[in-house]
Amino acid sequence: MDVYEKICIVCPRGCRLTIKKDEKSPRGYTVEGNTCKRGEDYGIKEVTNPTRVLTSTVVLKNSSLKRLPVVTKGDIPKEKMFEAMKVINKVVAYAPINGGDIIIENLLDTGVNLIAGRSILSQN
Amino acid sequence: MYEYDIVIIGGGPAGLAAAIEAKKNGVLNILILERDNELGGILKQCIHNGFGLDIFKEELTGPQYAERFINELKSMGIEYKLDTMVLNIDEKRKISYINKQDGFVNIKAVAIILAMGCRERPRGAISIPGTRPSGIFTAGTAQRFINIEGYQVGKKVVILGSGDIGMIMARRLVLEGAEVKAVVEIMPYSSGLTRNIVQCLHDYDIPLYLNHTVIEIKGRDRIEGAVVAEVDKNKKPISGTETYYECDTLLLSIGLIPENELSTKANVEIDPVTNGPVVNESMETSVEGIFSCGNVVHVHDLVDNVTRESYKAGRCAARYVKGELVCGGQVVKTKAGEGIRYIVPQVIRVENLDEHINLLMRVTDIYKNAKLVVKGNDIVLKEINKMQLTPGEMEEIVLDSKLLKENNIRELTVSVERQVE
Repeated sequence: MDVYEKICIVCPRGCRLTIKKDEKSPRGYTVEGNTCKRGEDYGIKEVTNPTRVLTSTVVLKNSSLKRLPVVTKGDIPKEKMFEAMKVINKVVAYAPINGGDIIIENLLDTGVNLIAGRSILSQN
Repeated sequence: MYEYDIVIIGGGPAGLAAAIEAKKNGVLNILILERDNELGGILKQCIHNGFGLDIFKEELTGPQYAERFINELKSMGIEYKLDTMVLNIDEKRKISYINKQDGFVNIKAVAIILAMGCRERPRGAISIPGTRPSGIFTAGTAQRFINIEGYQVGKKVVILGSGDIGMIMARRLVLEGAEVKAVVEIMPYSSGLTRNIVQCLHDYDIPLYLNHTVIEIKGRDRIEGAVVAEVDKNKKPISGTETYYECDTLLLSIGLIPENELSTKANVEIDPVTNGPVVNESMETSVEGIFSCGNVVHVHDLVDNVTRESYKAGRCAARYVKGELVCGGQVVKTKAGEGIRYIVPQVIRVENLDEHINLLMRVTDIYKNAKLVVKGNDIVLKEINKMQLTPGEMEEIVLDSKLLKENNIRELTVSVERQVE
């Protein structure tokens, strides 16, 4: 039987979850050690399709600043982090930029856009 | 000499929130003095997410969180000066600052709000033996190099200290192609948030060694390696446990020091435990008319808490300017009891309280299934059960102000009691 140990990061409490594969349970898994419903959701997601928000920077031109902070507008699969970084590191952004502007559309076909984390005025 | 109603020193999250709230409370003549070339403070380099869950009910990055406040401040027409260094303040609220446009200027303020934040403890603060090569950075400095300046600081990295910035930088460095060999923590627990241990270290298989420290730095021009050893319960390295890590970079995430050089110039009393000003219920320091908020008072783990504390400071400074703050009356002193390291505020003037008073504190150790007990004049006023308490996470107790008034409390003690299982 598949058993996983995970620490929940939904809130600061940090419950230690034990997630077991269980064909008989309605969701396919049982979660123990959680103290709220969100912990159960997190536990199952963490063993079926773990996702995270990715933040990084891209090269910035036409500004006195050198880098633009970027963030995925939503979670992307954890296993795609390094692949995503490769794509992000090739991008060059040009000021002026508004916070929320799309920098990469549909990043690695995840359906999630990479957006600017702040506004940048143009240098001129 | 030109006189402002409120001058705020520091344009980071604390200063921004204090200014916005002071203006909303009817003070028109406000000035922020900021030494950097942009507003936003340290948030600008904190590109990771996790900010704003409390204030905005959504997860923002540091720059996104800052931008909301900067936009609000600008739309309110609040005056600010960038690239401006405050050189002195005094008890009469005279401020001397310098910048390229204005030169050296003296101004006066009815109220000052100190919002200078904190800086990182450097290598010298913990006296690591060994040579003095380059390649040793505080975690926040490395964060600035990578996220703002666009430089990779190194390829093979050891991180000393498991504070939040250290763990966040571990993940950042790995994503940018570096190898983080170890995060080393002298305490038996991490000083950072659990969520950061999971999503920064576990996610990237970065080992965390508790009860370990760096005992020697090697290398002449650039750091070449660090010797790590286990420590006993007196924090003394245990002979025979040494491990050598080859590295070109050592990051230090070993704590923050509130930046209070200006505060002491105005004779503001400093709490030896928090290293920040002693403050009262209105976030006013021991010097009348000088208020303080954010990390310069005590180091917070969540910016949302800084914002809430700074709203309070801005609101109360506005009341002071309008002559609405009461001096004297019933005064309560807060006292950190067993298991509590400190409490903010240290002084409560009951006359100035709204419906509730919020007490912020840190515990001294990790506790499971314990309770926080609030006593006034030795009578138990409130008990709160806690499944877990840890020094890395600030605790907040909200107390009904009536409890203090009705019982004529003079001393308020909070302590941790272990529960019988």
